Amino acid sequence: MLRERIQASNYSFLDKLRSIDYLLILLIIAIGSISIFAIYSTEGGKFSFYTKNHIIRLSVFFSLFLVLSFVRVSTWYKNAYLFYIIGLILLITVLFFGISASGATRWINLYFLNLQPSELMKIAVIICFARYYHRIQSSDIQSYKFLIQPIILLIIPCYLVIQQPDLGTSILIAGSGIAIIWLAGLNIKYFVYSGLLLLVSLPFAISVLKPYQKSRILTFFNPDRDPLGAGYQIIQSKIAIGSGGFFGKGYLKGTQSYLEFLPEKHTDFIFTLFSEEFGFLGSIILLFLYILLIYRIINVGLVSRSFFAKLYCFGFATAIFLYVFVNIAMVLGMLPIVGAPLPIMSYGGSSLLSIMLGLSIVMSCKIYNQEQISVY
Amino acid sequence: MLNRGRNIEKGRVITRRMFILAAAKVLLFAGISSRLYNLQISDREKYEILSDKNRIREWKTPPQRGIIVDNFNKVLASNDRVFQLHLMLDEIDDFDVTIFKIKNLIGLDKFQVKKLYKKKERLKPWDTLVVSDNLTWEQFSKINLYLHELEGAKPVLSTSRFYPYSNDLVHVVGYVGDASPKDLEKPEIKENFVPGLKVGKYGIENSQEKMLIGNYGIKRYEVNASGKRISQIDYIKERQGNKVNLTVDIEIQKFAQELLKGKAGSICAMDIYTGELVAMASSPTYDPNKFTHGINQKDWQEIRNNPLKPLINKSIAGLYSPGSTFKPLVALAALEYGILDPNKTIRCKGHKHPYELYGVKYHCWKKEGHGYMKLRNAIKQSCDIYFYEMARLLGVDKLSIIAKRYGLGTNVLGDLYNDEKSGLVPDTKWKRRVLEQSWYLGETVINGIGQGYIQTTPLQLCLMTAQIANGGYKIKPHIIKDDSINYKDVINKIKIDQSGFPLHERNYLDDINVEYYQRMYHKKSNINFVLDAMFGSTNEQYGTSYKSRYDDPKYQFAGKTGTSQVRRITDLDRELDLDTEQIEYRKRDHALYVAFAPYKDPRYAISVIIEHGGSGSKAAAPLASKLIKRIIDRHKLREQFNNGKTSLA
Repeated sequence: MLRERIQASNYSFLDKLRSIDYLLILLIIAIGSISIFAIYSTEGGKFSFYTKNHIIRLSVFFSLFLVLSFVRVSTWYKNAYLFYIIGLILLITVLFFGISASGATRWINLYFLNLQPSELMKIAVIICFARYYHRIQSSDIQSYKFLIQPIILLIIPCYLVIQQPDLGTSILIAGSGIAIIWLAGLNIKYFVYSGLLLLVSLPFAISVLKPYQKSRILTFFNPDRDPLGAGYQIIQSKIAIGSGGFFGKGYLKGTQSYLEFLPEKHTDFIFTLFSEEFGFLGSIILLFLYILLIYRIINVGLVSRSFFAKLYCFGFATAIFLYVFVNIAMVLGMLPIVGAPLPIMSYGGSSLLSIMLGLSIVMSCKIYNQEQISVY
Repeated sequence: MLNRGRNIEKGRVITRRMFILAAAKVLLFAGISSRLYNLQISDREKYEILSDKNRIREWKTPPQRGIIVDNFNKVLASNDRVFQLHLMLDEIDDFDVTIFKIKNLIGLDKFQVKKLYKKKERLKPWDTLVVSDNLTWEQFSKINLYLHELEGAKPVLSTSRFYPYSNDLVHVVGYVGDASPKDLEKPEIKENFVPGLKVGKYGIENSQEKMLIGNYGIKRYEVNASGKRISQIDYIKERQGNKVNLTVDIEIQKFAQELLKGKAGSICAMDIYTGELVAMASSPTYDPNKFTHGINQKDWQEIRNNPLKPLINKSIAGLYSPGSTFKPLVALAALEYGILDPNKTIRCKGHKHPYELYGVKYHCWKKEGHGYMKLRNAIKQSCDIYFYEMARLLGVDKLSIIAKRYGLGTNVLGDLYNDEKSGLVPDTKWKRRVLEQSWYLGETVINGIGQGYIQTTPLQLCLMTAQIANGGYKIKPHIIKDDSINYKDVINKIKIDQSGFPLHERNYLDDINVEYYQRMYHKKSNINFVLDAMFGSTNEQYGTSYKSRYDDPKYQFAGKTGTSQVRRITDLDRELDLDTEQIEYRKRDHALYVAFAPYKDPRYAISVIIEHGGSGSKAAAPLASKLIKRIIDRHKLREQFNNGKTSLA
């Protein structure tokens, strides 16, 4: 009915190039380059396995991002539920055929990459929810009928991910889903009530946690409880960051890192390494780059016409924020260690893939920002 | 149109909600920034220290101990090369396996292995465990041969204490051993201690710890999280301990030890002007080298169970009644106080008619008696009867003033040796205070012949003799070279007769303190009288040590014998009159002898004590005679060496 308004087919390639958000691309390249230097440093200044892999992945996924950016936003819209279903199938596959590492079963072996479906699910939930709320009338949003569906859609992947076990990713998935429900305009009272409920049930929730999760939370409140065991990571991370000072110890001179006091330095604790070598100044600059990235994504949402694009961009921006915040707060000792990578910076194919995928949808929203999508 | 309106409303809601979220994001990022500020700017120093603590580890390197030399710079205690086996604990994966291999290679027994496990428990995981600090060459080469199979093992060429004169000096120099918890409380050890460092256990090694111990070095390494050394950052070199220069002449010391071989006793020799101890021998002796690496049980039992008690440093820790060697001092006291005219004659009538006081009989040692005696003869022939009477007239309190002034009753070497005894010079006050009894005149009488309560060490007797021989001047006895003393000045000062000095307008008969190198006598003639009588005792017929004399004035000496009873002599003993050899060893008298030489222009004083040796004239005086010859032969050399040194300084 409103098909005539869809003008996308009329876009010339030049128009498309013109409407690309180049600042966003620049930011991705900037953070990507920083990440290469950081990973190079984790290997003690040797060009070896991690650095090579990271560069390959970055270039492959960045190219993928550029290509997928030209996919019409309506195509993303149409396939939104399909993504969700694929994600769910992959998560179930992990349950049965997943490969394990250090006590968790999170990956599917794809030969060229160990795919972590929970990372893809982060994006799938956002795009799925964006489509869901795109169609719902604002008057219907408050009704239980339309509330119960997204909650179920959220609980299933979260439950599957917790089973792996991966509490961190599960919380991040839930966080991005809830963010979209919030953006769609669900009454604030629901958030207040469920927040209170969460607080009340917290003691119960903790009691059903796995012992290692419990110890992580106890360690968060008092890292010195077990300085060589559970508290080791957070203590060493704080030492590394604190000893960096204002200007840092200098590139490749992070003693905490190259003397191997830092655990997981190329994945979850990459910020610690960066902060030790580049200090307060470097950390604030990196933080500023992420803020700019989030701002640009929000900006795309603001200039988009469709609710789908708006909801998706705002939701994805919030998700990126959550990843960055949870990761940095975690390595700074402000949150318990839950295993959350820093977007783009951390070494890890699935995380990088899902971020790039997410960004390409953002870019497609930008390029086709005038595209209207039928609400029916 | 309704739809359109709804859609506009929906778009507004989404945008509004987005801005609320954005505000929250800004807040949370601000939180992160402030946390970063806290860690990296406010608390930076704290974390920098923690980071350095992580990455820098220090290893202390032990210093070499200072050497000990004799008067002629001959090394008495050195640092010898030894082969050691160290285990770097941080490089070992399986301690049990490594120890098992080492055990089989160098042949450790069960106890040694147990000890190693105990030692390891006390160490930090990156410390070094010293498996053996003294391997034989054979063991050392075996270790080197199989080194590739022994992870963490490190054969080390190190140094350890070595005493080239082993037995001859142990009572002077002492020995070293592993530090005990009590040793570690001493500040000089606590500050400089490194695990495995040997510390002084006795003698100079112990009391001069501060000089000898040196300062440890520090090697700083950067280490990684698993404790592996990455690079050396810093090396502060260790500093060897200072040299300690003794006054002892090792040749004379060796000779003295030789003379005492097979006997229990002591020989001390002292420069009567400078107070330098030339020799301080004690017998029997033992090998200090055995203690350096921990003495084994068998050797220890051998030393401990020796009835002649090698562990007791008899020169300073052996207490003896001075016997007749005390007589010159009694005579000097009597003369100083003007108690009696030296020409007073007393008749010694032998055992049949002993000296009697309140019904108690006091015998002279000579059965037949000495007949009519004047003071000079009484000293020369050591007549007890004369001294009984003289002591009775003098009184114990006056005697004790003079005895203490001449060096009895106090430590000679201060706190240099922790086992030095001060001996005892009794007086009435002492007895009332300590025994809570009043003094009996009979006790004064036997005190006059150096028996009774009086207790002296051989070194005290040597000092007493030196201070009479030098003309009655106080000297400062010492065994460590004292560069603050100008010996030439000291000798010149003493050799000038100080009798006429107005400086000394005090009563030398009172219990006064005398400064070093100043006179202690009241009348010079009294000193000279005693010296002359001692000359007679050695160099005139009927003198008690006449047989040991030298006629050559170069070696001619003067002395006094002494025989110290270890038990009461009963009437039965007197009747039997057994020879020394016929008496059970433990009941035999101690033989004593004090002397100074040469008689004309004396320079050295010596004391000899042979435990249970019988009479002084037979057992002690001949040894003294031999030693004196050796000392005087070496005098010129010593004088030249010391003068050369002082002129250099």
